[in-house]
Amino acid sequence: MNGIVPAPIATLPWRVIFILMALVGFGATVLYSTAGGHLEPWAGKHVARFLVLLAMAIVMSRLRMEFWKSITFPLYLALIFLLIVVEFLGFVGGGSQRWINLGIITLQPSELMKPVMVLAAAWFFDRLPPNRISGIDAIWPVAALLVIPSALVIIQPDFDAAIAYAFGLGVVAFLAGLPLIYFIGAAAAVAIFAPLVYFFGMKPYQQDRVLIFLNPENDPLGAGYHITQSKIAIGSGGIFGKGFGNGTQSHLDYLPEGHTDFVFATMAEEWGIVGGFFILGLYVLLMRWGLGVAMQSKTRYGQLVAAGLTCTIFFYIMINLLMVVGLAPVAGIPLPFVSHGGSSMLTMMICVGIIMSIERHPGAKRGQFS
Amino acid sequence: MKVEKQVTSGQLDFTFTRRAVFVGGVQAAIGATVAARMSYIAVADNEKYKLLAESNRVNLTIIPPRRGWFIDRYGKPIATNRADFRVDIIPDRLVRKEETIATLANLLALSSDDVDRINRELKQAQGFQPVQVADGLDYERFAAVSVRLPDLPGVSPRQGYSRFYPSGAAVGHLIGYVGTVSAEEYQKNKNPLLITPGFKVGKDGLEKTLEDKLQGEPGAKRTEVTARGKIVRELTTRPDTPGKPVQLTIDIDLHNYAARRLGLESGSVVVFDCLTGDILTMASMPCYDPNSFSDGIGRIEWKMLNSDDHIPMLNKALQGLYPPGSTLKPMAGLAMLKHGVDPEETVTCGGGYRLGNRVFKCLGRHGPVNMPTAIMKSCNTYFYSMGRRVGYDNIAPIARELGLGQEFPLPFPSQRYGTVPDSEWKMRKFGQKWTESDTLNAVIGQGYIIASPFQLGLMAARIASGHNLLPEIIKKNRAAPNLLSFPQEHLDVVRKGMDLVVNGAGTAVRSRLQLENVAMAGKTGTAQVRRIEGAQRGQSGAWKYRDHGLFVCFAPVEQPRYGAAVVIEHGLGGARAAAPIAKDVLTFLYDREQAMASLEALEAGWGGNIEQRMAAKYAAFQGQPADPPPLDPTA
Repeated sequence: MNGIVPAPIATLPWRVIFILMALVGFGATVLYSTAGGHLEPWAGKHVARFLVLLAMAIVMSRLRMEFWKSITFPLYLALIFLLIVVEFLGFVGGGSQRWINLGIITLQPSELMKPVMVLAAAWFFDRLPPNRISGIDAIWPVAALLVIPSALVIIQPDFDAAIAYAFGLGVVAFLAGLPLIYFIGAAAAVAIFAPLVYFFGMKPYQQDRVLIFLNPENDPLGAGYHITQSKIAIGSGGIFGKGFGNGTQSHLDYLPEGHTDFVFATMAEEWGIVGGFFILGLYVLLMRWGLGVAMQSKTRYGQLVAAGLTCTIFFYIMINLLMVVGLAPVAGIPLPFVSHGGSSMLTMMICVGIIMSIERHPGAKRGQFS
Repeated sequence: MKVEKQVTSGQLDFTFTRRAVFVGGVQAAIGATVAARMSYIAVADNEKYKLLAESNRVNLTIIPPRRGWFIDRYGKPIATNRADFRVDIIPDRLVRKEETIATLANLLALSSDDVDRINRELKQAQGFQPVQVADGLDYERFAAVSVRLPDLPGVSPRQGYSRFYPSGAAVGHLIGYVGTVSAEEYQKNKNPLLITPGFKVGKDGLEKTLEDKLQGEPGAKRTEVTARGKIVRELTTRPDTPGKPVQLTIDIDLHNYAARRLGLESGSVVVFDCLTGDILTMASMPCYDPNSFSDGIGRIEWKMLNSDDHIPMLNKALQGLYPPGSTLKPMAGLAMLKHGVDPEETVTCGGGYRLGNRVFKCLGRHGPVNMPTAIMKSCNTYFYSMGRRVGYDNIAPIARELGLGQEFPLPFPSQRYGTVPDSEWKMRKFGQKWTESDTLNAVIGQGYIIASPFQLGLMAARIASGHNLLPEIIKKNRAAPNLLSFPQEHLDVVRKGMDLVVNGAGTAVRSRLQLENVAMAGKTGTAQVRRIEGAQRGQSGAWKYRDHGLFVCFAPVEQPRYGAAVVIEHGLGGARAAAPIAKDVLTFLYDREQAMASLEALEAGWGGNIEQRMAAKYAAFQGQPADPPPLDPTA
């Protein structure tokens, strides 16, 4: 390889780039079919956006971990500030507003907060002396890190984002070694309180939504419609699918959001479970890469950030896939690298860029024996 | 364990590795769950979801079958289908009701009565049943609605067929009408055809009873549609199979003439073919226009029909029951002859008949009368006297033999069969013995005896032919009818009497046919509506208390071919109200020009033909000035 390929290119993290190209390429193929055999309006933009963001990620991979560590807390505070600004502008605008229009791009602080939440949690646990991990000192700062942005996005209202924050922070805390009893306790609390909340805390229409999630056929024309149509798309695709360009569910608009949240169902209708397993396999490789980077990182911050960001990507994949196969309620969460959409692609590529940076700079093993 | 564990960074490193492996395991497990779920949906349930996807994609539209025609005995149309442009509302797809109806009212120039009807039908429609907005539209209006469809969810413009009755009100009671299927009918068998927009079923008359034959087989159109219902392309179309035509025994020209000739009266005309028993005419007026019903009737028109004291909703030929009055005298004559009365024997009429201390009145002082003269003069005294001698239990079987009180297997939803009383009947009904005065009343067609105009017409035809004619409305080849039990000499006596009624010095001489070679024989009747009290004889006063006028007849006298009955409700008397109509109707069979000339002269005085009069009445009912009738009604 040396001598034929220039060093800057040869040293690129090709493994992950190939995985992403495969995902984005296949996504673009599906979007091309969804648009009735046209690059416009989705497939072309999808690829172009990916290429720009890939360049950004490669630039990010060049940055050292110390840099990320040093900007973590300022970034966190800046996003809190932006969330407040959005809230303020939102009230002025007279409705829920999640974006700040900066002229050339529209910035969605709640979306950016997802990776930054992971960075902030890793930053905190990195600074926490190891013997304090079981103490109360470990709990309240973590709670504060979570509660402030969560409260701000819940007002918007954007519960999905708050859950994503809790998930990212929870994964980092789990990996950082917070005593298991907290997680078991939290799970037990959910198990106990969920029915209580259902029966006493929810209004009838909210209860209906839960019931519809549990049995979507009960409400085939209302909230259950999306799930039902998604299952029809996947189920009618069979093993090999109906063939490229032959999906009726998406082409005749039965499947809503066939290019964003339900792109997986669109794909499965035309490519069958063969296509589905192909995408799942790529995600397995992606997760293996991310967790592998975390394992190989020599610094605690690097470990936690790489694993936490990998799990943030995983969170998107999990919620979306469970939703389209009818195992999770309908949430506006796109499928990473496959769905059309700028904001999520930006978040995903920020995550990838930082993990790539950690892969490139595993750091020196510190500690008293090194 | 109060001692706080001392955790080192090395331990945390180890914890991280272990927990990271665990996280990886959880991810793999969730991935496997998704893969398993997907496989289950796509492999195990593949068939089910393929079907669902297909039923999403393909929209099956039923093409309602064209209804079978009704044609008359000569093949002339009585009920047909007219291609038309129509607009319906599918209630469960309607989003903005008020707005949509307002827009349609504007585009289609609907009257407030139409809007009322649409709102009323929408309220009763229960979601699945299409409600007709308008039909018979011209192409411009139809197109105006079609181009606005995207803004009018629930509105369905379509090209279809609507039932058309060229004779209008004249055939309402005979044919019935069609209408949209009611909720109850749909609940009985959930045939999707029934709720297809534009599909109508028979609601009354022959339309109702012959529904199965008339309906036909629906066609189907398969189209590929988007989730929003936009048609992408047509897949396949199977055409409908029209219902079979039904040929009636009716002579529609004669029938229409009879209906028109009834004019302003409330009554009916029934004409039978004496050779076969075929029903040639069964007109009953006033009537509703069945075309109004197949379009969905307006509230005002409905109210007008229901508030009319002439009861246009009642088929008077089959469902009207009247005391037959003197029209029964030829029948009574046959019974008397059968029981030994010499037709030449005379009874002297002094204006009445004394039974105990009660005098039964005759209409005049006829002096000595024999049977033909008694029929000619309609002498009650003769029939009182002879009837008493023979006894009513001997007359009633003859009445039944001639069709009174008899049931006929005709395909009409409702008929009424009247009553032929006798001693056994009276005992069963009232627990009382038959008395002599019951006989005297019954023999002149008053008292307990009642019959429908249909039965009276059949009686005339049976007397005229001497055959046991069976009435039939569906044209078919039939075996020749059997002879009745009367010897020819008896029939001749009675027919002679009926001949004299018209052509001798009888009660209906003014209704003699103005034809060469064809003479009509008949018998008038006047039926009391209420008891005679003093000077009140049912010849004056409020319309509804006046006597009914009846007339039974046959023609030609020598070789009877047609038997008929005319009943005019509250027409004062048979000779005055019923016989002239019978005369014109029978004239029509032999000389249309003469018949039409006399009809047109009459219609000029009545304010036009049926259609013109109904339109004027409707306009007046709405409180609007009616158009003046044209001076020349044929124009």
